[in-house]
Amino acid sequence: MSLLERRCVDAAGWIPALLSVKQDGGRLGALWGSDEPFAVHALLVLHERLLCLDLALDEPSFPDASTVFPAAARMQRAIRDLLGFRAGDDERGWLRHGAWRGDAFPLRRQVPAGTALPSGDARYAFVPVEGEGVHEIPVGPVHAGIIEPGHFRFSVVGERVLRLEQRLGYVHKGIEKRFESMSLSEAARLAGRISGDSTVAFAWAYAMALESAAGVQPSRRALWLRALLLERERIANHLGDLGYLGNDGGLAFGLAQFSRLKEDLLRLNAQLFGHRYLMDRVAPGGVTIDVDSAASELLLLEARRLEEEVLALRAIYYDHPGLQDRCINCGRLEPRLAAELGVVGLAARASGIALDARVFPGLAPYDELGPGLCANRNGDVAARIVVRFEEIFESLRLQKRILAAIPEGETKVPVGEPRAGAFGVGWIEGWRGEILVALETGAAGRVHRCHAHDPSWQNWPALEHAVLGNIVPDFPLINKSFNLSYSGVDL
Amino acid sequence: MHKILRRIVRAGIVTEPARSPDPALRMLSQRLDARILEHLGRALAVRHVDAGSCNGCELEIHALGNPYYNLEGLGIKFVASPRHADLLLVTGPVSRNMEQALRQTYQAMPEPKLVVAVGDCGCTGGIFGESYASRGRVSNVLPVDVAVPGCPPEPAAILQAILTAVTSDRRSSPASP
Repeated sequence: MSLLERRCVDAAGWIPALLSVKQDGGRLGALWGSDEPFAVHALLVLHERLLCLDLALDEPSFPDASTVFPAAARMQRAIRDLLGFRAGDDERGWLRHGAWRGDAFPLRRQVPAGTALPSGDARYAFVPVEGEGVHEIPVGPVHAGIIEPGHFRFSVVGERVLRLEQRLGYVHKGIEKRFESMSLSEAARLAGRISGDSTVAFAWAYAMALESAAGVQPSRRALWLRALLLERERIANHLGDLGYLGNDGGLAFGLAQFSRLKEDLLRLNAQLFGHRYLMDRVAPGGVTIDVDSAASELLLLEARRLEEEVLALRAIYYDHPGLQDRCINCGRLEPRLAAELGVVGLAARASGIALDARVFPGLAPYDELGPGLCANRNGDVAARIVVRFEEIFESLRLQKRILAAIPEGETKVPVGEPRAGAFGVGWIEGWRGEILVALETGAAGRVHRCHAHDPSWQNWPALEHAVLGNIVPDFPLINKSFNLSYSGVDL
Repeated sequence: MHKILRRIVRAGIVTEPARSPDPALRMLSQRLDARILEHLGRALAVRHVDAGSCNGCELEIHALGNPYYNLEGLGIKFVASPRHADLLLVTGPVSRNMEQALRQTYQAMPEPKLVVAVGDCGCTGGIFGESYASRGRVSNVLPVDVAVPGCPPEPAAILQAILTAVTSDRRSSPASP
């Protein structure tokens, strides 16, 4: 991506460089480490460019970036668990539970892939809350519903939440180490399985990173088709979430209706593109699918029906006193706090922050498609519902525009084999928020290092704040309104 | 209220017959009815555990509840506690960080109990394999009655696997507890 600037800094220049980015209105996109040589890398998002800061480490520690960007705290703990580079004063393991010892660092290159390490101590010190009538509710990692595993520790008085502390990392399955044992083309498949609900966005971000490392540009047709798939992924997820949000708010009717609409969309995906969730349809160099006029007809017919149904359901949701009572003022994330925490994606837009990688200038094909940014200032569950509704209509509009004006051309071009040490970044606005992939190529078409970043890194800590002062029974509703990925951050 | 009722009427009943056109599934479905009556009182309680999945399989397990598959209409229900469960539905390669929670969930289930492993990862470890962080396939950690491949397997395939599990040889033997 030509919008990417890469700059080396030393330890003394690390914090001043981050501060100057922050003063310019920039924010932290992703933070990761690498071995041989020891280094940490920060990908920063500024108004009209991306900046990658590289800090080479003489010793395994670096200055604490969370003093500038609070979202860095958990990313630094993950870096320490995987590579042993220390930063900040929170010594507790994040991804490391008991599967390996605190003195073993699985992402270092001399540690062989595919073998177990001696197990360590799984104990974890939650921050205690003390006072009269305060008690704790531990929840998870296995939850009551069909969701991913994580632990939530609530400190409550009566029903009111005084503090929520999350402990994640349960589905850490060694994705970053796995990347390093793969060829660049095999890795595309793994990238599409970092968070299954965002497979198109991750696969696209990976493909973009590889294409920019290889100096290859996919055809315009391929890019437009990628946008079609990405918008369909957004619609599918929003439909699902709106159903569950209705259900968690006591309107089971909503779940039945929205889950039916989502199933219809998934079935059309399977019929036209061969996979319900569109896995492996975005590939390095382009896409593995195409649309003809018959497919286009079916998609437009579906869009007309969907628009009519979602409009009717929106009117029902907005008019339903019981549902509105549950959602308005519930789980509020104030705009100022959201900005301070570096919240991204849908949650940021529902808290009045105008962030959407699709409206970033120069990012094909959205620069031609002209997407509208959907936002709301209230920051509550209701606002996150409103943004989802608006984004469904906007994605349907984009889909119509794509089908009406899709350029002719090849759907896939050869990527070739980039030289060892080539670097590329991918940056895609998935349905949940921005997804970043940083890729460094190795010799003979292998992956040297690949870091994939899910927006849930920034947004999980925001959920700890949004739930404060709310009652415990509202937590499922608030949690669902963010609907964050566990697999995407546990890696 | 009238708007809600009108939508319900307009959508109609979209539930597809429990017996799929696939002859194998139809047979299983009939046997399931007998088994459920015999052993489970017309109700199969399922506990789901994500032991390391990418969440793709969870999307399809959720889909089982939509009006097309209408899982509860077959007498199959997801329950909140392993204490209430007859069958454990496990997704993902088993991450080492989830291994203990998965074992404890299984131990908390009353006998007789069944395990169904879902997806390529549950069957073989999938693309994640075995590593410092992953134990690989579910059968490396728990006894698995039925495993359904797919990335992710479609809802009908997951349903078929659940039905297969409740008619497995282990359970259909008259001598079984």
